Formats: sequence, structure tokens, C-alpha cells
Amino acid sequence: MSPQPVPQVRVVTLKIDGRDVGATEDETILEVARQNGIFIPTLCYLDGLPSIGACRICLCEIKGANKLLPACVTRVQEGMEVTTDSERLTRYRKTIVEMLFAERNHVCAVCVSNGHCELQSMAQKLGITHVHMPYRYPKLTVDATHARFVQDDNRCVLCTRCVRVCDEVEGAHTWDIMGRGIDARVITDLNQAWGDSSSCTGCGKCVHVCPTGALTEKGRSTAEMVKKQQFLQYLMQMREAKQ
Amino acid sequence: MSKPRLATAWLDGCSGCHMSLLDMDERLIEIAQQVEVVCGPYVDIKEFPENVDIALVEGAVSSEEDLHRIKKIRERSKLLICMGDCALTANVPSMRNAWEPDEVLARAYIENATMQQQIPRTSVPRLLNRARPVHEIVRVDIFIPGCPPSADVLYFALTELLAGRVPDLSSRTRFGA
Repeated sequence: MSPQPVPQVRVVTLKIDGRDVGATEDETILEVARQNGIFIPTLCYLDGLPSIGACRICLCEIKGANKLLPACVTRVQEGMEVTTDSERLTRYRKTIVEMLFAERNHVCAVCVSNGHCELQSMAQKLGITHVHMPYRYPKLTVDATHARFVQDDNRCVLCTRCVRVCDEVEGAHTWDIMGRGIDARVITDLNQAWGDSSSCTGCGKCVHVCPTGALTEKGRSTAEMVKKQQFLQYLMQMREAKQ
Repeated sequence: MSKPRLATAWLDGCSGCHMSLLDMDERLIEIAQQVEVVCGPYVDIKEFPENVDIALVEGAVSSEEDLHRIKKIRERSKLLICMGDCALTANVPSMRNAWEPDEVLARAYIENATMQQQIPRTSVPRLLNRARPVHEIVRVDIFIPGCPPSADVLYFALTELLAGRVPDLSSRTRFGA
């Protein structure tokens, strides 16, 4: 058998925040920025999961482009000029996070994830002290039918990390999205109780990649739920090494 | 020059923010020497006074009484400061907001009551349809997140204000802190 041809990946140079950086053309703006110590805030992105550009927190300005582009799913190009931080970007990012707070019932003070929540720390990082749009206060349910885990729709930001990790890493595809727009929710199986799910392996990956208190371990009280996400990168490295 | 007039007010909150103020311990004396405390749960006065320089407000706006008071506080204060998550976000009091006030009252005073099942209607203010953050009702000048903001954060905020600066609290406190 002849050896597989090594795919040619071109090296490109671009500017991020005025700095000249080198990259390969299969990399995203976010990856290259992080390699160069340039911070771009993210919420739905998680190293080890396929990126989908859902939350729009990582939006960046690209010179010549007439719209803002999400750094996590935008590939670098030769000569690109990227701005990752500006007054306009901060305004957009703040508005997005404020809308997430207004959309559901995030009551940090009594949340099991208080102090360990990516939405909460993002609000602090962006200097959000209050929400400018009216809160919706939707009536949402808590599913505690699973023996070890709890799903609280009040805290969900629809990042779909749970859907992605369950489908792409665990391979069970227990989680999915039901409904559209403001009515969208994550569900288990065909919108059945999590405890009755025939596909869930109970691995808990979804719980630990969840950025908020939407998926948690049972029996945790306020501020007690600490997520451990290191497993994901380790698992992906081990799999790549085996291939 | 006369000392700045400081008032505090307690709307729909648990008083934890006021407890945090007291937690400043001996630093209270330092603050007290720089201001004139003219109103608050610790001051025996019923009516929110005129010409207040700094008003610290704890709690969400949840009842007709709260609504009346916050408007008066705004009218009579130069600086209105929201102290803690209930004033900022409506926080725990807002957890009733997905239901109508009648449903909430029936749940608390009838369904879950074992004795004297009755909804209080006299001598207590009527609940608004929703518990709301203060800034949805009146203009707010400064926001101090936290549940409650720590004594250190409140001390920092007050001393900065008394020094004529706007306190930068972003690295010191957050929602739920």
C-alpha cells in the first residue's frame, strides 16, 4: 500500500490587534490568538469539542468584512487584519451576555454553580452590573429524574456543549435541541425524562462541560458544584494518539 | 463645609446588605465621622428625608410601598447607589415572577400553611405583579453587585465616594459574590 499523501497546509501571516502572527491556513482566529497570548472571550467554545459559533461572544472585527465574525469558526487568511477588542465589540459582547441573563432565570446567589460559573465570570469580566433589557422570567422546569444528575432549564444558555460532547465524544447522542428561537431547549432522547433515557450512559461528560448550573450533580447545594473539564482534552489526545 | 448626608433604605431584601454594612466593624466609626447618617433601618425615622447626598438602597422593588419609596428616594437624593443583587437584578425576590402574586400568596399562606390559613390583606402593602430591579423604575448612579457585597467592598465604595471618586468595583465583586 502506498503511503497516504501528506496534505499540504499553507502557512499564512496575518495581523491580530496590530501584531504580526504566523499560522497555518486550517487554523481559526481563536486558535491563533490563543497561541499568541491574545485573549478573546468565549462561552460556547470548548477546547476538544467541535466549534459552532453559537454564542457570538468571540465576535471580532475583520478589516474589509462588512460584518463581525466569530473567531471560533473563522479560519485565518493571508493578510487578514483582525481586531479582537474595541468599544463596539465590548458593547456587543455585553449586550449578548445581558440578553442571556434576561432570557432565563439566572439567580447567581442561590445557584449550585455560584462562583464556578462561566456566565457569571463573563459578566464580571465584561463589567456588567445590571441588565438593560426587561427580564422575561419564563416558567421553566427542573428534571431531577436521573439517579445522579439534575437538569435545570432556568440556567441553560443553549451553548450546546452537552449536545456536542454527548454526540461527538461519548457517542450516545442523548441530548438534542427542541423548539426554535426563544422556545429552544435542550432535551434528552425524544423529550423524555432524563431518568428514563435509554441512550444515556450516565457518563457525566455533559455535566462537566456545561458552563453554568444547567447540568449538575445531584446533592450539590449553593456554590458547591465545581466542574472538571480537563478530562476532555486528555481524552481527545489519547484518541488521536491511538489512531 | 457640612458633612455629606448618608441615607440607607431597605426594600425587598433579606437585610444581608445592611448586615454587611455593620460588618465593617471599627471602620464604621471612621465612616460615621465623615458623614451624617440621616435615615436607615438603624435610624429612628419613618419618612425618607430631603437633601440626601448618598442613598444606599438594598432590595428589589416588589410592593406598592417599595415603589412609592424608591421614587421618593430618587427625588430626594443626589447619588442613588444600588447595594447588592436584589436591587441590581431583583435576585431572589424575582423567583416569584413566573407566577401571579395571587398564586404566590396562596402557595405561601394557604397551601403551605398548617394554621390560620389566610392571605394578609390589611396593614401590609400590596405586591406588585413582578419584583423588579431598581434601575427599571428610577435612574441609578452606581451599582454594587454581590449577595451581599462584602464589608470590604462596601467600605471601599463608600471611601472612594467620600474622596470624590467613582469606585471601580469590577475586580472586587460580582453577581452572587
